[in-house]
Amino acid sequence: MSSGCLFVLRGFLCLIIKDGNLSLFLRLLVPCSSPYEIYLFFNLVCDPADVISTVEFNQTGEFLATGDKGGRVVIFQREPQGEYNVYSTFQSHEPEFDYLKSLEIEEKINKIRWLPPHNPAHFLLSTNDKTVKLWKVSEKDKRAEGYNLRDEEGRLKDLSTITTLQVPVLRPMDLLVEASPRRVFANAHAYHINSISVNSDCETYLSADDLRINLWHLNITDRSFNIVDLKPENMEDLSEVITVAEFHPHHCHLLAFSSSTGTTRLCDMRARALCDQHAKLFEEAVDPSRRSFFSEIVSSVSDVKFSHSGRYLLTRDYLTVKVWDLNMENKPVETYQVHDYLQTKLCSLYESDCIFDKFECTWNGTDSVIMTGAYNNYFRMFDRASLRDVTLEASREVCKRRAVLQPRRVCVGKKRKETDVSVDSLDFRKKILHTAWHPKENIIAIAASNNLYIFQDRLTPNGHHNMPEIQSAPPK
Amino acid sequence: MGTGTGGDDSLYPIAVLIDELRNEDVQLRLNSIKKLSTIALALGVERTRTELLPFLTDTIYDEDEVLLALAEQLGSFTVLVGGPEFVHCLLPPLESLATVEETVVRDKAVESLRKISQEHSPVDLEVHFVPLVKRLASGDWFTSRTSACGLFGVCYPRVSSTVKAEIRQHFRTLCSDDTPMVRRAASSKLGEFAKVLELDYVKSDIIPLFTALASDEQDSVRLLAVEAGVSIAALLPQEDLEDLVMPTLRQAAEDKSWRVRYMVADKFSELQKAVGPEITKNDLVPAFQNLLKDCEAEVRTAAANKVKGEVLPEDSRETIIMTHILPCVKELVSDTNQHVKSALASVIMGLSTILGKDNTVEHLLPLFLVQLKDEYPEVRLNIISNLDCVNEVIGIRQLSQSLLPAIVELAEDAKWRVRLAIIEYMPLLAGQLGVEFFDEKLNSLCMAWLIDHVYAIREAATCNLMKLVEKFGAEWAQNTIVPKVLGMANDSNYLHRMTTLFCINALSEVCGQEITTKHMLPVVLKMSTDQVANVRFNVARCLQKIGPVLDSSALQAEVKPVLEKLATDQDMDVKYFALEAISGMYLFNLPTYIFSETFSFSSILFFFFSFSLSP
Repeated sequence: MSSGCLFVLRGFLCLIIKDGNLSLFLRLLVPCSSPYEIYLFFNLVCDPADVISTVEFNQTGEFLATGDKGGRVVIFQREPQGEYNVYSTFQSHEPEFDYLKSLEIEEKINKIRWLPPHNPAHFLLSTNDKTVKLWKVSEKDKRAEGYNLRDEEGRLKDLSTITTLQVPVLRPMDLLVEASPRRVFANAHAYHINSISVNSDCETYLSADDLRINLWHLNITDRSFNIVDLKPENMEDLSEVITVAEFHPHHCHLLAFSSSTGTTRLCDMRARALCDQHAKLFEEAVDPSRRSFFSEIVSSVSDVKFSHSGRYLLTRDYLTVKVWDLNMENKPVETYQVHDYLQTKLCSLYESDCIFDKFECTWNGTDSVIMTGAYNNYFRMFDRASLRDVTLEASREVCKRRAVLQPRRVCVGKKRKETDVSVDSLDFRKKILHTAWHPKENIIAIAASNNLYIFQDRLTPNGHHNMPEIQSAPPK
Repeated sequence: MGTGTGGDDSLYPIAVLIDELRNEDVQLRLNSIKKLSTIALALGVERTRTELLPFLTDTIYDEDEVLLALAEQLGSFTVLVGGPEFVHCLLPPLESLATVEETVVRDKAVESLRKISQEHSPVDLEVHFVPLVKRLASGDWFTSRTSACGLFGVCYPRVSSTVKAEIRQHFRTLCSDDTPMVRRAASSKLGEFAKVLELDYVKSDIIPLFTALASDEQDSVRLLAVEAGVSIAALLPQEDLEDLVMPTLRQAAEDKSWRVRYMVADKFSELQKAVGPEITKNDLVPAFQNLLKDCEAEVRTAAANKVKGEVLPEDSRETIIMTHILPCVKELVSDTNQHVKSALASVIMGLSTILGKDNTVEHLLPLFLVQLKDEYPEVRLNIISNLDCVNEVIGIRQLSQSLLPAIVELAEDAKWRVRLAIIEYMPLLAGQLGVEFFDEKLNSLCMAWLIDHVYAIREAATCNLMKLVEKFGAEWAQNTIVPKVLGMANDSNYLHRMTTLFCINALSEVCGQEITTKHMLPVVLKMSTDQVANVRFNVARCLQKIGPVLDSSALQAEVKPVLEKLATDQDMDVKYFALEAISGMYLFNLPTYIFSETFSFSSILFFFFSFSLSP
């Protein structure tokens, strides 16, 4: 695909721009009438390495980072007009081979976390299954000029012409964005890393694998402290694994981690150096009469997020999202059904392994709305105050620029409306696992396979609907 | 190197250095930065100020190691920019280095800034340096604000009282900064800043800041305040301590976070010194008892390290330890955590010198015995390694009954590192227990280590034999260990046969010429026909090693033929070491053959051929 080619998609004029090295960049425009406007980036060539594996906004929302199965990190920057353009792309992890254990280590980026701002550069942690890396993304706009022994093209000068010494001078140049690895935190995990989380003290972070949680200092790469260890002496006694771990947003001593048995534990690092004993255990009693073979599998927590206020915990299991008040351990304060209609389909979902999909969940900036993904490229939003919920679809067919997303409805049995979708026609290969919400505004990023969709609430008061209709190419 | 007509040859090396400041190779850039003074010298003070420094100010994109070198260089650049009069020219590059994200670079930049602050005249300090500190202190990024924290202390004493007030205000602001990083930096510099403040301001300014930081919501800030508390306490008159510092310190000792309590335990000796004997007795001793009983093992470990209470008041030290500390120590001996016990084991013996003979026998001895039987080897080892303290007070015999089983068990521990550690204490034990006890109980252990299946143990065992012989003398060696060592020469395992050779290597010198020639040499020579090449070439090496101990007749008559034979061995390595031995020994005996210090293999060969043709 050559750069800047025009083509027509469903009757609307689109501009496709090939960006430097990996993703195609597409913006569409359409009349609008529902709450979400659209921009999107996607890749027309469906290379498995391009499948997006994590999405994360930075603290200000000015930057959005995605990681993919090919070990790349792409950072988007929000332009003054409001849309996100590619800012930097770099290869964070490479495939490796552990010769001692005869194991291949995938380059897939499991998680990205931004560090709070230090200086004009930006810092983020990225991790694959084994190794966490700290990256610095910085801008350079000056270049030194003037050699003594060579001219600017690099040819050697005639030495007889050198009569004085020349000190190089810095001159402005085109902005160059560089990503450089600052630290590599390796060799601390025997199992696959599923989470990383930066502590509010800004000097430590945690990394969690299936059985252990380690605490690192951001400046120290050769030592980490094991704070949680679930590994039984005999691996046959293994009854649960850690699925996610996260630090509290304000209290540097609190961390939450969830397990495959559907529990979430809160640990207080002040009490002990080892957090094997939890301070609180969030678990909802299951009605024994409703127990089935799948009960434990669907109750496994696939994501945990503290609310921005730090008061609530959001957990996602296979069928629901739950909001827990940190002060109440025995049951969630709110439970939302994500796709209750799958209750009857668990058997086939088990056979296709879909039942083990790990959906993420996220809060909006004010903790009033919850978002999480589902199948068929659908994602769900729940308004906590009004208890209204909506199902939206992120797919190329419906994502036309400035189009407003139409709510979708999945029905069990007979269709009531033309637009309803029956459960049997859902495509379980199309799933939205990774989502992110801008920390301050109603802008959301949705990763569906190798496509990244960025939607914006059309009601935000900064004039986004007055955008130029076709935008120019991002910087090469 | 060109020799042009108009070019100046002396410029060339400098030109290279300047160009390499921006070479793609980090190492070359680093080299250039390290020779920055040479460049500056060549450019002269004027151009250094107007061209070199502006360039350096903007080169903060470089690798950390280059920036670190740059920050360090600039600290001693005053002369190169024209002396103290112009020292402020160094501030811009250091200011930009003080804002980079890498902590080590920032710290070095701050260190250099502190250094050059002393070279500023009082006027320059207020005109140039203080504004820089203020800029850093109100910077947008936490990196610059953390750097500012380290600079207040150096300028405060030398500025006017209005500026002093501003500096205090800036420091106050940073102590309540939004980011924990800055509060940590402020907390860690609080003590230092307090030292340069007038006592009144310490009371009116520093104390509230200290109290606030010590109750910060982040425990990483609170724990740093403990250290500041120690410095502040040392500054205040005794009568103010109780009101101003003690409430906060007491609160820190009972903090909810174990990390803060750990810090109190860790700084306990300094704390005692700072608050003086009276408060120590009334306040700190009970606090210390609690730390020894803390629910977190890390805290107990840190506290256990301090049970000796070095800074307790001389007159009441013994009573305090007896009545307050000892009961806790007794509990710690059976702690559930091995690190606590092992920390205790490393200091508990030191208590005996304080408590004297009677108390030691009555109270401490039982504890030593319990620890000697502890399930963790590290605990037992720590007791054994400190035996000398007890020996001075009650004599080691008191312990020997329990000591022996402990030693035997450690000597046979499944972990080779544990065995290695106990071997290292053998000479010490031997010295204290005496030769009879040793022969009776420990000798067999020392011999058993020689046939350990781990090489490191066998190696340590040979070394141990040497030290024992140094202690007990050659005669003892001849009677007890030499026969056993030599006996191993007939072992069916070649590794054991080699151990014989290694032992001979170690022992020949301490045993002296007679034993070596009479007893050891025949065995070595006999082994030259061993079927295993490794043994044979070790024979060659061994002969080289013991050569200096032997007399020349034995060398000529016995050693030489054997080495010559080995030099024609089929095995390459045997040949090599035989030749090396021959050359080495002739260097010793026949001064006419002089080898260069680094002779090569071919030169040895050459020598060998001429040697074998000559007789």
